[in-house]
Amino acid sequence: MKGGPEVVLRLAGISKRFGPLLANDNISLTLRAGEVLALLGENGAGKTTLMNILFGHYVADEGSIEAFGRPLPPGSPRAALEAGIGMVHQHFTLADNLSVLDNIAVGTESLWRWRSDRGAARRRLLDLSQRFGLEVRPDALVGDLSVGERQRVEILKALYRDARILILDEPTAVLTPQESAGLFETLRRLTADGLAVVFISHKMNEVFAASDTVAVLRAGKLVATHATASTDRARLAELMVGRSVKPPAPAPLSPGEPVLELSGVTVASGHGRPLLDGVDLTVRRHQVVGIAGVSGNGQTALAELVSGLIRPDSGRLSLKGSVVEHGDPADMVRRGVARIPEDRHSAGLVGAMSVWENLIAERYHDSSFSRFGVLRRGAARTYARKVIEEFDVRCPGPDARTQLLSGGNMQKLILGRTLAHGPDLILASQPTRGLDIGAVSYVHSRLLDARAAGAGVLLISEDLDEILALADCVTVAYHGRLTPLLPHDRVSVSQLGLLMAGHWDILRDILPETVDAA
Amino acid sequence: MRLEPRTDTPLALRLLAPVGAVAAALALCALLVAWTGAPVLRAYGLLFEGAVGSRFALTETLTRATPLILTGLAAAVAFRAKLWNIGAEGQLYMGALAAVVVGGGMLDLPAWALIPVVMIAGMAAGGVTLLGPAVLKVRFGVDEVVTTLLLNFVVLLLVSMLLEGALKDPMGMGWPQSAPVVEAAELPKLVARTRLHAGLAIALGLSVLLWLVDTRTIWGYENRAVGANPRAAAFAGMPVTRVMLRTALLSGGLAGLAGAAEVCGLKGYLTLDLSPGFGYNGIVVAMLAQLHPIGVVGAALFIAGIFVGADAMSRAMPVPNYIADVLVAASLLCMLVAGLLARYRLRRG
Repeated sequence: MKGGPEVVLRLAGISKRFGPLLANDNISLTLRAGEVLALLGENGAGKTTLMNILFGHYVADEGSIEAFGRPLPPGSPRAALEAGIGMVHQHFTLADNLSVLDNIAVGTESLWRWRSDRGAARRRLLDLSQRFGLEVRPDALVGDLSVGERQRVEILKALYRDARILILDEPTAVLTPQESAGLFETLRRLTADGLAVVFISHKMNEVFAASDTVAVLRAGKLVATHATASTDRARLAELMVGRSVKPPAPAPLSPGEPVLELSGVTVASGHGRPLLDGVDLTVRRHQVVGIAGVSGNGQTALAELVSGLIRPDSGRLSLKGSVVEHGDPADMVRRGVARIPEDRHSAGLVGAMSVWENLIAERYHDSSFSRFGVLRRGAARTYARKVIEEFDVRCPGPDARTQLLSGGNMQKLILGRTLAHGPDLILASQPTRGLDIGAVSYVHSRLLDARAAGAGVLLISEDLDEILALADCVTVAYHGRLTPLLPHDRVSVSQLGLLMAGHWDILRDILPETVDAA
Repeated sequence: MRLEPRTDTPLALRLLAPVGAVAAALALCALLVAWTGAPVLRAYGLLFEGAVGSRFALTETLTRATPLILTGLAAAVAFRAKLWNIGAEGQLYMGALAAVVVGGGMLDLPAWALIPVVMIAGMAAGGVTLLGPAVLKVRFGVDEVVTTLLLNFVVLLLVSMLLEGALKDPMGMGWPQSAPVVEAAELPKLVARTRLHAGLAIALGLSVLLWLVDTRTIWGYENRAVGANPRAAAFAGMPVTRVMLRTALLSGGLAGLAGAAEVCGLKGYLTLDLSPGFGYNGIVVAMLAQLHPIGVVGAALFIAGIFVGADAMSRAMPVPNYIADVLVAASLLCMLVAGLLARYRLRRG
């Protein structure tokens, strides 16, 4: 405690209860100037709750907060801002239809002033941007920016308000490895300037890449605080989960006949660059094909295409050798495609409906679930009970409302809905995003089981570790195009990162036999 | 103080919400009653007696409730699918218009055949009226609140034009009213020497039927899924557009039926004052019922009782019967608050 830089933030005995759930249980933390503190924990461990209390979105039931030696009044984001605390949320809080400069300056000027001093605002923004190496174009519309750029805008917004303590909620979830490295570089510049940073994460490698201190939360409790250098991955993982975890180990299988073939598929976007631009892709049985790429490079269109939500403007999509002329979601399900959507809350499940109603959503026309237009509710509930048990969905029963389930259990529900019928092709879009380690390893083992049973898996993920752990072949999406399939053992994370950033010239080094693939 | 969402709303609370809302509305309006100088308790006593205190009062309330059940169902069905149909008033008049045209002597059929034909014509007219805004909504994203609301005035002007022109009753001594429907098109009375007609039986039957469809059939299942999360419904392979258009036809049809039933059961002919705002009050009914088809019956009876009772009260006391409109409007506002409170809990700090 003695010596060292000044303590800028002190949380003492913070507790917060949501109904029966103790989200934060007597948590105390200190943060010093120039320090990067990683707040590590599974989903639901209480990281975000704690930071929301700090930033004044929630009021703690017990405990107090001191910033720069002065008590912080609870429940007031404005007070937190004035005390020099800035927060970059997981879901950005920017207005798409305003320019970068307007987004940053909005709310900082008095409404009583005649006119806004945009010149001064611009100078200040450019100055900050240069000082911390955060490149932005002040006049670009935020809606046109990439996710990485938006994040830079969010950070600049906090700096613009004189933040001296920066809270980042899962900042790398949307970035390429190179962008993440850039972010960590930014963090180093910020801390060199005396700022303190808290960043929330559930990814181990980031903790080691960026933090000085790591605090591990589990089930609302602070279970350990370590200097990052004095600990290791396995130990942190154990602290986080409360038991040891094993990485997935796909058994070597030789790929079978093709289940999904795309040839020359183009999907127009209505303006500018097409969403998919002449894509060729083959997924075979017993094979996991991973699509890596920064979000917004055509993955969503690809997922929607295979889900049956959109159709190619040109080119062909074939399943099990037969061309799909007018694919719609119901048709894709009938053809044996199991679809795990990117956004399970808004596209996967109807939260207001019960578990059994969601489980039959893709097959309620089947004679086992309805006859003459009348639902067979008994049969559907019995079926739901079976799936709930087989897929280990933790819920009170088939009549439970789906929105009460945790993220992991929602995903198990979707797995149960789609995988219970022995699919030929599995489309898994971000299947483990936002899930905790236990649920992640469950999803991975289910996907690998399906692969062993003969399904082809198209895995779209922003998590390169996940792709390299599961996929037999990898392809990188960039500006709506896909690289040729790269065997997973011949490509490294840094090569993938370069490909994700559009440096396709390195393909020659990876696949010398493919002449001018790009 | 702040609001936190509840994870689950217990059934008791869902039932309590409209009761609490109505109590709050009565308490608020008591201030207005007191302002007129009338004794509040006696005024409410007379209102209650006027609504249910005698055979006559009861049958009047039930008669008044009949169109309200139907327009309430129209609103409930549409709102559950997130189709904000504010046009039940216009759809009701379209249904009434179809009833006087089809039932005005154009068809020479016995009652058992003519009545269903006239009712179906009314439903079709109402349904088609809502189909237009619904198509605009699903195809071009046109806000149906605006289109359905404004169509009400279009329909009223159309009816006015027809009542002054093509449909004007030659025996009507110059009044802007249509010729009456033929006797075979008239709905039978449920109770002799009262105004209560078979429309009530139709309305009650439909609310039970709609509840069964909602909970037991594929149709209801699709409707609920599309209403709660259209994106997930589309992803699962449900025909979202078809569900929306189907819902529009049903909702408009129910409102059209209300108009046809009023003409054939009560008035006999069409005038511009056929509906004292049944279409708009249907929205209040649906909200009080929390969009539940069975709840609609109770809510419609309550609103009808207020109107009928207020008429009786205003005859005995210096309280104008406008108090009924104020009470109904206050009930809607209180219900919106109560619905919020039922979904959230109030926490200190």
